[in-house]
Amino acid sequence: MMERINTEVVIIGGGIVGASAALFLSRRGVPVTLLEAAVCGAKASGVNYGGVRRQGRPLEQMGLTCRAHELWAQLPALIGTDGEYVRSGHLKLARSEADMTALETYRQATRGHGMHLRLLDRAELNRHYGWLGEEVIGGSLCPDDGHANPRLVSPAFALAAKAAGAVIRESTSVTSAVHDGRHFIVRSDNTLEVRASYLLNCAGAWAGHFAEGFGEVVPETSIHPLMMVTEPLPLFMGVSLGMQGGGIYARQVARGNCVIGGGRGLSADGNYARPGQNDIPALLGKAASLLKPLRGAQVIRFWTGVEGNMPDHNPVVGPSRTTPGLFHAFGFSGAGFQIGPAVGEVLAQLVADGHTDIPIDAFRIDRYAAAAHEAACPGHPFREQTLEAS
Amino acid sequence: MNSTRAPLQPVIIGAGPAGIRAAQALVAAGLRPRVLDESARAGGQIYRQPPAVPGFMRAPATLYGFEHRKASRLHRLMAELAPNIDYEPGSMVWNLSDGVLDVLRDGVSRQVPYQHLILATGATDRVLPMPGWLTPGVYTLGGAQVALKYQGCAIGSEVVFMGTGPLLYLVAYQYAKAGARVAAVLDTASFGDRLAALPGLLRAPVLLAKGLYYMAWLRRHGVALHEQVRPLRVVGTTRVEAVECESGGHTLSIPCDALGYGLGLRSETQLASLAGCRYAYHARDRAWLPVRDAAGRSSVSGVYLAGDGAAIAGADAAELSGERAALALLQDMGSPVDLKRAGRLDGKLLRWQRIRDALERAFPFPEVWADSITDDVMICRCEEISAGTLRASVAGQGTQELNRLKALTRVGMGRCQGRMCGAAAAEVLARACGVGPDQVGRLRPQPPVKPIPIHMMVAMPAAAATAASALGASTAVSAKAAKSVERTVDLSQGGQP
Repeated sequence: MMERINTEVVIIGGGIVGASAALFLSRRGVPVTLLEAAVCGAKASGVNYGGVRRQGRPLEQMGLTCRAHELWAQLPALIGTDGEYVRSGHLKLARSEADMTALETYRQATRGHGMHLRLLDRAELNRHYGWLGEEVIGGSLCPDDGHANPRLVSPAFALAAKAAGAVIRESTSVTSAVHDGRHFIVRSDNTLEVRASYLLNCAGAWAGHFAEGFGEVVPETSIHPLMMVTEPLPLFMGVSLGMQGGGIYARQVARGNCVIGGGRGLSADGNYARPGQNDIPALLGKAASLLKPLRGAQVIRFWTGVEGNMPDHNPVVGPSRTTPGLFHAFGFSGAGFQIGPAVGEVLAQLVADGHTDIPIDAFRIDRYAAAAHEAACPGHPFREQTLEAS
Repeated sequence: MNSTRAPLQPVIIGAGPAGIRAAQALVAAGLRPRVLDESARAGGQIYRQPPAVPGFMRAPATLYGFEHRKASRLHRLMAELAPNIDYEPGSMVWNLSDGVLDVLRDGVSRQVPYQHLILATGATDRVLPMPGWLTPGVYTLGGAQVALKYQGCAIGSEVVFMGTGPLLYLVAYQYAKAGARVAAVLDTASFGDRLAALPGLLRAPVLLAKGLYYMAWLRRHGVALHEQVRPLRVVGTTRVEAVECESGGHTLSIPCDALGYGLGLRSETQLASLAGCRYAYHARDRAWLPVRDAAGRSSVSGVYLAGDGAAIAGADAAELSGERAALALLQDMGSPVDLKRAGRLDGKLLRWQRIRDALERAFPFPEVWADSITDDVMICRCEEISAGTLRASVAGQGTQELNRLKALTRVGMGRCQGRMCGAAAAEVLARACGVGPDQVGRLRPQPPVKPIPIHMMVAMPAAAATAASALGASTAVSAKAAKSVERTVDLSQGGQP
């Protein structure tokens, strides 16, 4: 027996992006139904590192990230929980003079975006962060960046959306999504059919598949950032750490556990990923070397997840070029957590107002369509956001 | 698998009754298994040996009671097998995937490839918390036994044993025999339970006789045995002072300085899960267990399951299932196998299944447990998560699945990774949702199975070592690793800028 729902907006994917879109739409009184294959906020949105960081993002993301920064400040009002969000500061470390130069260049380029970046030399690091390993020579501090608990924040967006009136269907895997000329028809096997005027494709690592169904082929791939957590330790690290050029990132939660990421896990079957064994030794070594208080500590868990990745590490956000009423938001390349709420708000604006004031042109889906795309991104330079989910 | 290459050495994890018998069968077939065991000496939990140093002089008859012949036989067997196996005590297998084990021994973790793996990982006590269970002086029944067998000491001078299962009376008996004062034995099961199980128990007359003997001996020596009790609380602040329970309509308060507490056992199945084995809910054990055929084959080719780590069946059945799994392994490798012997083992194992069913009826899981504990009872002691927090997640966030509960509340996220608290959390969750424990799923384990030191040395195959070196870790050749094609990355030296 096929259940049928008629609504205004149907959303595929209950991660932080899809759920916040559902929340903002519901708050504006727009009927919305969200379909999630598993449970909301359990995939990349719920198992990422938890960095809530503007520093290090590409300039194209400044509009989204600054708006997201404002939304994070209102988190309890937005989703009914603080999600263990703290503005601890984000310290991006340098291992060489070239790194310091890159940090300084970035500071200059992002002036005016409210990050108030401050460059620190080794003496200043010693004064405030004496526990740092010897290999770092300096860093750049963004005082108001921080971190949060993705396990709590992402599901809370879905709960809040539900409370605001959104229909949330979990364990509902979308098996087909088409446009019949008037409506979007989204089905889950033979059990559920949703008809809507708008479709938001927020399906994370699985979103490229849906885009392709609407004639928009995108080079989305999956990544599996490797993370680990130590047993609780005496508090020593206030800031969230990143590394210029990537490689390792770390934070300590109020309970004392250190959450540390770097390297990659392995894909299990496309739907899941596992920590694997290849990158674990390197991660242990880097962590012990960078964070002196970890010496003698124990690691209690490794984990990873499945995240959508784009060649230029920028997401796809915005209208479809083939199908009116279809909007995409995926491919956050390991850096979607912080900007997620702002992307959800942008999607809600695109549906309800027909436009948004946040610049998103750089994220248009057809930016790969031109043959020029290969020439524009030769080799896809290694950038930190692929290794630090924020 | 590449048939042109010689098959890899089979690997057995665990040197308890199942692992030892598996090793024996493989050696008899001319193979040389590698036996990895966490303990310092073979025997498993049930036949755990004291440290091999002067000062621990208790005779097997004292240590193992009626079972001392079995214990000595297995210990002797292990010694006889020594020239034909690679036995690696003190080895913790902390991760496993795609034919490779990660094994930590003496502070060095190295990778052990395998094609054929027998998991004989054993069991631990099923911990069902009650008010006051975190008071110093509260031990599990198994823990109390380990103290006696391995450390040669008692958990207290005046001890109460509470819970249910054959272990309850055995440990009480062993303590009393060893000279400890046993203040009382409090069984949550009833005489009626045992009566109902009697027909089944008669299949194992020796077992039944031993059980009755322990009870009679304890009575004769003035130990109070109470049945059908409902645990209320452990009293005491810095140390156990008394145990309170409800029995026959009134409250009993029994002064003591230690409590041995346990409600059955739970299988150690983390490695089977990491190996990708399919699981099914096992109503008798009230647990999700890796699926296996009668011979011990898991759903993953080359992975075999034996002993209490596969399903709780006790030491005698573990010996049989270890041998049976080894025969299945040999059969699958194409080696000649004594099929008559395999058939006899199948028959005996089936008989043990029936006995085990009867034992579970005699000492049933207290189904009221999840309702009996108040909100303030700590379920997960690593993360300090109370029953109330779990229930609130069900009521407030609509939580219905165990991994979701873990994500939202942190239950099972601490040092034990749910090995200790998982069963209790599942019971509380199921009850709060108004469903059976089979409906809430099972915790997906993540490596490491047990905590690993961040500073351990990691010995890696040469190719991986090169990659790590490129990532900034310095390399050094360790004497231990040099004998094989392995290099050791010394993580303590840190990365190069």
